Amino acid sequence: MATLDSHVPPGPLADKWRRHKADIRLVNPANKRKYEIIVVGAGLAGASAASSLADLGYKVKCFVFHDSPRRAHSIAAQGGINAAKNYQNDGDSVHRLFYDTLKGGDYRSREANVHRLAEVSVNIIDQCVAQGVPFAREYGGLLANRSFGGAQVSRTFYARGQTGQQLLLGAYSALSRTIGAGLVELHPQAEMLDLVIVDGQAKGIIVRDLVTGKISRHAADAVVLATGGYGNVFNLSTYARGSNATAIWRAYKRGACLANPCYTQIHPTCIPVSGDYQSKLTLMSESLRNDGRIWVPRKKEDRLRPPASIAEGDRDYYLERMYPSFGNLCPRDIASRAAKRVCDEGRGVGETGLGVYLDFADAVRRLGEGGVRERYGNLFDIYHEITAESAYTAPMRIFPAVHYTMGGLWVDYNLMSNIPGLFVLGEANFSDHGANRLGASALMQGLADGYFVLPYTIGGYLATQPPGSRPGADGAEFMAAEASVTAMTARLLANKGRQPVSHFHKRLGKILWELCGMARTRAGLEQALRQIPALREEFWADVLVPGSAATFNQSLEQAGRVADFLELGELLCRDALTREESCGGHFREEHQYPDGECKRDDEHFGHVAAWEYQGEGKPPLRNVEPLNYEFIKMSVRNYK
Amino acid sequence: MVALATPRTLSVTLRVWRQAGPGQPGKFVDYPAKDLSPNMSFLELLDVVNDGLTLQGGEPIAFAHDCREGICGTCSCTINGKPHGPGQGIATCQLYLRTFRDGDVIVVEPFRARAFPVVKDLVTDRTAFDRIQQAGGFITARAGSAPEANALPVPKGDADLAMDAAQCIGCGACVAACKNASAMLFVAAKVSHLGLLPQGQAERDRRVLAMVATMDSLGFGGCSNQYECSAACPKLISHDFIARLNRDYLTASLRATFQPEPAGGGGAG
Repeated sequence: MATLDSHVPPGPLADKWRRHKADIRLVNPANKRKYEIIVVGAGLAGASAASSLADLGYKVKCFVFHDSPRRAHSIAAQGGINAAKNYQNDGDSVHRLFYDTLKGGDYRSREANVHRLAEVSVNIIDQCVAQGVPFAREYGGLLANRSFGGAQVSRTFYARGQTGQQLLLGAYSALSRTIGAGLVELHPQAEMLDLVIVDGQAKGIIVRDLVTGKISRHAADAVVLATGGYGNVFNLSTYARGSNATAIWRAYKRGACLANPCYTQIHPTCIPVSGDYQSKLTLMSESLRNDGRIWVPRKKEDRLRPPASIAEGDRDYYLERMYPSFGNLCPRDIASRAAKRVCDEGRGVGETGLGVYLDFADAVRRLGEGGVRERYGNLFDIYHEITAESAYTAPMRIFPAVHYTMGGLWVDYNLMSNIPGLFVLGEANFSDHGANRLGASALMQGLADGYFVLPYTIGGYLATQPPGSRPGADGAEFMAAEASVTAMTARLLANKGRQPVSHFHKRLGKILWELCGMARTRAGLEQALRQIPALREEFWADVLVPGSAATFNQSLEQAGRVADFLELGELLCRDALTREESCGGHFREEHQYPDGECKRDDEHFGHVAAWEYQGEGKPPLRNVEPLNYEFIKMSVRNYK
Repeated sequence: MVALATPRTLSVTLRVWRQAGPGQPGKFVDYPAKDLSPNMSFLELLDVVNDGLTLQGGEPIAFAHDCREGICGTCSCTINGKPHGPGQGIATCQLYLRTFRDGDVIVVEPFRARAFPVVKDLVTDRTAFDRIQQAGGFITARAGSAPEANALPVPKGDADLAMDAAQCIGCGACVAACKNASAMLFVAAKVSHLGLLPQGQAERDRRVLAMVATMDSLGFGGCSNQYECSAACPKLISHDFIARLNRDYLTASLRATFQPEPAGGGGAG
């Protein structure tokens, strides 16, 4: 059974991080260069961590499966990044950002982690501006802000609808600088396929070169995973096609606990599915809810009528009706479930009935078309490209889609997993968003972890490892891990099945979306837990992977990732079944208030569930880390 | 204008460049695809063709793709002779079949440039772009050393113009579109983005000299002012930035000649 000590430092909430920083052991500058650190992934968390560690003097090797670190999917984040700067003089503070994030997460995250996140949020904006991130500005030259869901202050910094892109290019420029200076060794198109544990500690990884197919072993004093979320387990999502869970899943199979996998975020405003061939769902930024109004017809009969012909009185602006104080800016989980509910009632719009309107008519009247274009032009362009419709003249049709995973590898306050030496950052860890992430908080967390948390906390671990104690990459553990990777590749290629990889991924996605999506039931989850193992068996009997191991082989890459999703999907459902409550993005129909809101059970489930692998065919172990709320009282979320 | 009725389905022939690996001979191969939805994206068509090829025991077409929403810059096909295909201001992944007509033959090739060698089929190696960035495409600002963000006002016009340049997704369409395979629009975008901001002034000369020198050393050509780059750019980045690059380069070169940087060196112990 894994030991889950959160290592949250003692003392008053607002002093914990400051005091902890003063207490962490340091590595002296001359010794830093004797330590090698592997960073896997170069999104916001990975790129910021790799460059910051290199600047401190550590030797860093960075591995990315993309052809360039600039392509990591952080690049696609549209809306913004939160920070408690209170530039708007509207009552924001570190405490309020902390509180909003904790409440938004439905009281399922760690107080101390979230408070630290809010504290360093202000440093992130300073850092990004210094790097040249072209945030939106007022005419006076100072930084502009906008509002986002789950908050009643304007604390979101943005760069048009491409904030993630600009922040990632900032982190990428820092990474490029350190690569150019010879401080970081970059390995592009290199996919981590296993974690190597030596004497109970993470000491290396096994990597496949995606161009040549060559497998290589890499040893280090510590391993940092910043490999993103696992939302593509649903197949259709707003993730990039390449986003995958392989690094965290293989670490899980080496003993790292996976926490709260059932906390998945379904984003309310995405472009609806159009056909079976579809490979990807596209997000329409939450920022649109600042000016767009969400509605469906009051009467079922009106759902196929042209929206302009439906009189104001026949429209149901249901978020404004149900949540008058937050209105269209209520948190994502709540907005998604409300959309599902009105569609379940038969009032959904569009051919499939799975859509609601996001209407800008009021905004166009108020701001003019030019004003709307200035704020959201690129989003309206994307909508037009995909649907061939103009949102300036007719409302957008939108529907919820899988967007983010709050669950991830379990980490302590130092971002270290239960395997010493294995650190996990950004979306790949579970730590800061509880059961629901607020908009504009993912970018904040990725950069907080990489720029301002890990550079301090990793020293505390390395100081316990004598310089030069790093094992060689030809030890028995390395050879065994390499052999298991090679064996899996060979098994996939040797299979003479009849179905392409995509066939299984689509079917898995369908099971999860229907039975473990926006609403979950005991019966549905039990059904999924029968279907997924059967599908996995079918995959291994019937998958057809063309090509060979020693070439550029995208089918092989995808096969390995889908094989992992077929295992992870089962754990996701198991976690959802065991958590007999509703909280945030995890909605169990059995546990709701009469008005359809989440009914938490703090007494029995006010904890983190961290699953521990027990070997193939054996049920995993459910470890528990209690969430002790010392400073905030867990209460029922209210956005009404 | 009379709206044309959208056909329910269409059939096309893909004429695709197949090349087993770097330096190997390549050729075009035809793949018919039938009864396609006009709402299907071009990359989804490649997915469908690839699943068909897999089932027939063939080798799927290798193509680069990731975000499929026009921002990561991974996708990189030249379609009917145009990088990212017909349409303005979009990447390959944002191209939908409704753009084509029933019966069309669609020619698909990789981005072609000496500095972007073919890896396989439609996939090219664009690490040259990363190397240009590593040479100088940054502002040196270590985490922990940044001043308060609002201590440095940036006029809105400058910030907006910097953002216009900063939108570059690093796809390489500009290079593929240019008869000289020039990377000047790519370099100009980064040099302008950082050079327009007050934070970027300290390294402005050093940046432009280093990036241009690296660009030249990697086999990219020069600009002969035909602006195919801007026309092909999925973010429609203006060639005006190339003029800005040239001006920065000239000033920096003159300053480097007449006012060489001091030798610097370590501080007193």
